[in-house]
Amino acid sequence: MNNLLSISLFLPELVLTATIIIAIIVDIFSVSNRTSKVSNYVIIGLLATLAAVFLTNHSPTTLFMDSLAFDPFASFIKSVVLVATLLIIIFTRYSNEFKGYHTGEYYALLCIMVFGMFLMASAIDLITVYLSIEVVSLMSFILAGYLKNNPRSNEASLKYVIYGAFSSGIMLYGLSIIFGLTGTTKFFAIRDAITTLDSSSNLALTLSTVFVLAGFGYKISAVPFHFWTPDVYEGSPTPITAYLSVAPKAAGFALMIRFFNQVFVDGDSLSTLGWYADVSFAWPEILGVISVVTMTMGNLVAIQQNSVKRMLAYSSIAHAGYMLMAFPTISSEGVFAVMIYLVMYLFMNLGAFFVLIYVAQKQGGENFEHFSGLGWRMPIVGIVMTIFMFSLTGLPPTVGFIGKFYLFVAVINAGSAFYWIAFFGAINTVVSLYFYMRVVKTMYLDGNPSEEIIVPPLSVTLILLVLAVPSVFFGIYWTPILNWVNNSLLFFVQI
Amino acid sequence: MDNLQTYLYISAILFSLGLYGVITRRNGIAVLMGVELILNSANINFVAFARFGGMNFSGQVFALFVIIMAAAEAAVALAIIINVFNNLDTVNIDDARELKL
Repeated sequence: MNNLLSISLFLPELVLTATIIIAIIVDIFSVSNRTSKVSNYVIIGLLATLAAVFLTNHSPTTLFMDSLAFDPFASFIKSVVLVATLLIIIFTRYSNEFKGYHTGEYYALLCIMVFGMFLMASAIDLITVYLSIEVVSLMSFILAGYLKNNPRSNEASLKYVIYGAFSSGIMLYGLSIIFGLTGTTKFFAIRDAITTLDSSSNLALTLSTVFVLAGFGYKISAVPFHFWTPDVYEGSPTPITAYLSVAPKAAGFALMIRFFNQVFVDGDSLSTLGWYADVSFAWPEILGVISVVTMTMGNLVAIQQNSVKRMLAYSSIAHAGYMLMAFPTISSEGVFAVMIYLVMYLFMNLGAFFVLIYVAQKQGGENFEHFSGLGWRMPIVGIVMTIFMFSLTGLPPTVGFIGKFYLFVAVINAGSAFYWIAFFGAINTVVSLYFYMRVVKTMYLDGNPSEEIIVPPLSVTLILLVLAVPSVFFGIYWTPILNWVNNSLLFFVQI
Repeated sequence: MDNLQTYLYISAILFSLGLYGVITRRNGIAVLMGVELILNSANINFVAFARFGGMNFSGQVFALFVIIMAAAEAAVALAIIINVFNNLDTVNIDDARELKL
């Protein structure tokens, strides 16, 4: 579709851009202490963007001379990102970590990051891939170090910027080799060009894809590109940690699904997927090993943590590993499972992080000892946190169980070649039970149960319910999510 | 000199030097310089492939975008390093170890 026609389908991004500009202008003209005003405008703008995402209906097509795809899959990821962003803005307004900081531009930066993730969700051109990843990365570097006077936040942003710049550089070199091999930057033209390559370029193709995988792996924090994750997650302000563990990961998975499904896969539509026979490299095995190593590493290190925040950081690495399980199968069933998991993961992970924000404010810390006896002193928080921990483990009747169920089904259905991945996934789920249940145990069995009962204020209870009710409700009745994902499982494909 | 291979060799050497710099240097600014070398080696690749491969201009366009992104990234990274220096009195990435690895 040409540039002029594309603009009407680019409506969500345009509304978002208007929101960014309004946020910056309102911030400039507002009294410096009343910065929560900016967040009101941003919330309205993001709700308008969400409405625009649902309103722009069109059959799958490409925008701006084939540089972006417009399809239900992109709209799905955009909605997930927007819901996460709205929740994070509410978390930020509630959090006391930002006291003494001017938070006006914080919201503008958050919106620019959303814009980058929108592009990531729909990129089908190597240039857009690189640009969108960089936009998201640059904004997250700044947001991770937003607490300028806090050395931990500084250190988080320093480590993030070094790893981030390095891995995007590696990815860029890989992209340049792919461009050299195929002579184009468009995904579909690359796919067609790869089929005509002879075997002498297999090494170059493999090497360049490994380089590109470094960039993707860094975005979704897969082992061995995960080194930044624990430190950045621990040092950043907690709302940003929660955000980084959900939204950029969803966008990164979207980009990876699109890249592998449309460049390396021999299919005109998702129903007939299968790896190219002439790509002789063992992609399914490589991705399977990365998945197994990622979840094992995340779970084994999470066991040893004393800080709940750091434990959740490692647990988010493990969850990236679970989602990667479905990649080697490259079936529409696998993509379906990943999409369901992204929705389920959003509720349970953001919920756990919000409880962490609340407990850190009340108890003055984020370690396990600050949770001791919490279940008796704050009954609502205790019950809700127990739900989230059950859900993260994957126990029924919570959303975590449904998400894992579909992932395992996708892996098992793909055939006996993938049974070992499911085997390791099952073992890892059992291992993860230990440290998630440790939180529950600390809350209910440790410490002295006191007579005094703290009831959180109404606003906190409401946020907790908004996150906890779907975590249970969609665990019992998940048909709405299933239908939504089913309708969204439609890619733009060029034949 | 005027062939594709020469440029690919140069870019591969530049890439290796950048990689070496990132891995061995502990000074934050030196690490960033290594990253810049990696980005520029990719740029040489793009322009060389576009020039000798008889392709359209997307290689040059890509290189222009990379130059812009590299400038933005350097600005953000240097701002972060200055902030770290103000608080911790060091730009050595190994000295920033409050968060245990």
